[in-house]
Amino acid sequence: MATAPNIDWNAVIADPRFQKLHLRKQLVLTGLMVFSVFYYFLLPIGAAYFQDLYKVKVWGVVNFGLLFALSEFVVAWGIAIYYSRVANRDFDRMAREIAADYEKKGG
Amino acid sequence: MQTTYRRWLAWGIAGVLTVSSGAAFAQGAVSDKYRWITFLVFAAIITLTMYVTYLAAKRVKSASDFYTAGGGVSGLQNGWAIAGDYLSAASFLGIAGLISQYGYDGFMYSVGWLVAYITVLLVIAEPCRNIGRYTLPDILAYRNNPRAMRVVGAISVITVSTFYLTAQMVGGGVLVKTLIGIDYEISVIAVGVLMLAYVLFGGMVATTWVQIIKAILLVIASLVLVMLVWLPYGFSLPAFLQDVVGDPKVQAKVASLLGDPAKNMSAAELGQRFLEPGLYFKNPIDQISLGLALVFGTAGMPHILMRFFTVPTAQQARKSVVWAMAIIGGFYVLTLFLGFGAAKHVGPAAIAAVDAGGNMAGPLLAQYLGGGPESFLGNFMLAFVSAVAFATIVAVVAGLVLAAASAIAHDLYVGVYHGGDVVPPQMQVRAARIATVVVGAMAITIGIAAKGQNVAHLVALAFAVAASANFPCVLLTLYWRRCNTGGIVLGMIVGTVLAVGLTLVSPNVTYPQAVRAAAQKVLDGEAAKRSAIEAALASTETHVAEQARLDLAGLDKAVKKAQDDLAKVEGKERSIMGLEKPAFELKNPGIISIPLGFLAVLLGSLLFRDKRSEDLWPELYARQNTGILASKATSH
Repeated sequence: MATAPNIDWNAVIADPRFQKLHLRKQLVLTGLMVFSVFYYFLLPIGAAYFQDLYKVKVWGVVNFGLLFALSEFVVAWGIAIYYSRVANRDFDRMAREIAADYEKKGG
Repeated sequence: MQTTYRRWLAWGIAGVLTVSSGAAFAQGAVSDKYRWITFLVFAAIITLTMYVTYLAAKRVKSASDFYTAGGGVSGLQNGWAIAGDYLSAASFLGIAGLISQYGYDGFMYSVGWLVAYITVLLVIAEPCRNIGRYTLPDILAYRNNPRAMRVVGAISVITVSTFYLTAQMVGGGVLVKTLIGIDYEISVIAVGVLMLAYVLFGGMVATTWVQIIKAILLVIASLVLVMLVWLPYGFSLPAFLQDVVGDPKVQAKVASLLGDPAKNMSAAELGQRFLEPGLYFKNPIDQISLGLALVFGTAGMPHILMRFFTVPTAQQARKSVVWAMAIIGGFYVLTLFLGFGAAKHVGPAAIAAVDAGGNMAGPLLAQYLGGGPESFLGNFMLAFVSAVAFATIVAVVAGLVLAAASAIAHDLYVGVYHGGDVVPPQMQVRAARIATVVVGAMAITIGIAAKGQNVAHLVALAFAVAASANFPCVLLTLYWRRCNTGGIVLGMIVGTVLAVGLTLVSPNVTYPQAVRAAAQKVLDGEAAKRSAIEAALASTETHVAEQARLDLAGLDKAVKKAQDDLAKVEGKERSIMGLEKPAFELKNPGIISIPLGFLAVLLGSLLFRDKRSEDLWPELYARQNTGILASKATSH
């Protein structure tokens, strides 16, 4: 595969800026991933074990279960929008700085 | 070179059109009088996509053009293409059908298909764009032993694609046959030839545009139908659902699903039950297992992964997933109205009478909303939805064939056979085209050979293999320092073998004794049911008599199926694995095979050592996070 001998990769990952990017990404990605999986599996688990709750009519004939299923869509979109905003605002800028620096050094 | 392709293309179009129009007809959902509308709409869509392919063919010169459209697709375009690639007939027609038959559970089923993209967005899309080139094995081969990675990776890609492809080809054949009455074999050949024309000449450029066109048509068709369904209620959700649960056709369906317990329920209670869980999914563990396969499997689907190599940067990859989530999620919300609307207007029993799985809910709703089976507009709308369904199958099949062909040509032929030596671009493109023809021919052959088989579980199996083998391997090679060649090889083998093996001994395969018992039960109960229906037929209330007529048709169908089943298992006692009853009780293996797939990668990595995997970790990790040299990765 593509190896680029001109760039000192160990220096890149030891760079404090990279460490900072890595840490922040790890925090955001792990947090969002765990939350989204947890929230998703609440739906089938609730449908199986909390049927009485799902049957409660909230809005005309619309029951809690239906609203909860719809909320899954809103939450999924919300996570996508939140992540893109953070990534567009912070991660991209941090990554670009590191990339520009080392690509120039590596020539 | 160019003129040859154009000539081939012209022959291809002529061939497909001739095959379709010269086809032998059976009875389809479209009546004979209006079949010409169907062909006109089909011809219009085929002509449009063929024209796009013709334009694309001029742009396909290198392997990079063929596999990834030269990395020149924008995030927005790729988002639509992902939606087009992903919304297969199973989700387009299947989920609306499930909702029309089982209400709430059908809608709940659709959620997992969207949540899957969170995984793709957060951990897969951007790193893969930053370090990958054409295929899934490229990512694995970055730091691990390239030859070993290309062999196990290609095997897994081909396995997953074949399962998914078989389900699509068989499903597509049945669908086209049901909709317009073309013979099953001719339907399969038409899907295969058309897909081959797109992929062979236009590579990823044409495939991308066919998927975009299909996704746009699908969204337009759904929006129009939902408008017509929802408008009379002033776009009020409770008012619309109130009418659905108040419908006697829906109430009758719930009563027949519940059986004896329904006798003590009022009509209003029966209707409300349609909006509550439990009519379809009986085993929560099985459902969670399916959910795991969807949520993690999508991120390991080779044809989806491949789409991220078509955009120029990680930012565009991210943008494309967000767009795809908006389109896919929006589509599933619309499906809620299609499914419930079909249940109310057409009725669950009438839908099941055309296709037992409920797949005809969307098309029949379109026909109803246009004015019914005897109207011009009704048939035009049915034709339009049918044509979109046909385009759906072709677009998904094209993506799958391209993924499988790239594994053969790029990974096995160039990577393993030539061992990474420089292969001239001309040769690479030729190899890709030959592999495409081979995979396409294989898809058509399997499609015809599997006629009449129940292949619905193959989609779930494809996702299970992708989640148990591909996903742990890709995720850990990207994020875990200690991951190495040994871990990936072991993970790929354990994940694939477990997912396939558990399915082979699960309730998905045929157990002759169980089939016999079920068929016998239907036949034993026939007499009692028939007399009850005959009593209802004589009823003076028109809707009761109408329902009874549908029930009678349903009963006749069930009896015929039971007799056929009995004949099929005549003299057989054991399943293909030699079992009398399932050894593994779940239909979906994910809950067992996914954790064990991860465990295998962990153990394999700790047991074996690979200096290359360790040495290249800083490079891979730096690049996947920052995109250093990403712009250069596409050019060599």
